[in-house]
Amino acid sequence: MTGIPVEYFLLLGTGLFTIGVVGVLTRRNIIIILMSIELILNAVNINLVAFSHLYGNVNGQVFALFVITDAVAEAAVGLGLIIALFRNKETVNADEIDLLKW
Amino acid sequence: MLAQSVFFILAAVALSSGVMVITRRNPVHSVIWLIVTLFSVGGIFLLQYAQFLFAVQIILYVGGIMVLYLFVIMLIRVETVAKQAPYGRQWPIGLGAVLVLAAELIYSLHKGVESFHLGPPVRPPMDMNNTEAVAGVLYNNYMLPVEIASLLLLVAMVGAVLMAKKRFE
Repeated sequence: MTGIPVEYFLLLGTGLFTIGVVGVLTRRNIIIILMSIELILNAVNINLVAFSHLYGNVNGQVFALFVITDAVAEAAVGLGLIIALFRNKETVNADEIDLLKW
Repeated sequence: MLAQSVFFILAAVALSSGVMVITRRNPVHSVIWLIVTLFSVGGIFLLQYAQFLFAVQIILYVGGIMVLYLFVIMLIRVETVAKQAPYGRQWPIGLGAVLVLAAELIYSLHKGVESFHLGPPVRPPMDMNNTEAVAGVLYNNYMLPVEIASLLLLVAMVGAVLMAKKRFE
């Protein structure tokens, strides 16, 4: 019973989500794009935990756990891809990887 | 109101360090700022009595994923990356699209705020702590999803090893 209205948490989630999408759309470095995806997933977790607290029910927290699991899997595979990409193309910039655009 | 001021401090730290994450040139600095963001998001979980998620956030995100990021940044050459232009050519379009998206989200939140007022938050039952409650739900109602998540992690581990291997035979 913290006395904080739930919409504050939703606004914070919206802000973090927006920052994450800006990072995904504007940055060139793939590692920072992956970090922005982590920001987006954290924004989702804030919303899930806020509603879980509002309803007094832990199902939302369990969903947040699954989201964290997905984030781990995504980070592992994504960073493995980045290593393979850097070994082959010597770059980590998203706009220089344009082989499929030809 | 103590809880409210703690919330505002944590939210301000989370948002400003989030902005720092996407504006730094050096990826190592971005990782450090992302750790600050994750800590404050963890504090927000703690503010909502989600103690188990707070522990998972610190141990798994800050202790695990961020170290993985730092390892990969060490494997690629950071000095050359830090000298290149940080933003792509399409950044004005991306920023405009995101501003439209943010305006839409905030407008719908503003219009629909009444539907969230369901009375004061329900206090979790005190005879059971948070970890116990999460474990009960996780292993009773979500048994199959837990197994699928473990399979996903196995596949991700094999995939990461295969991707980072020297040669495909």
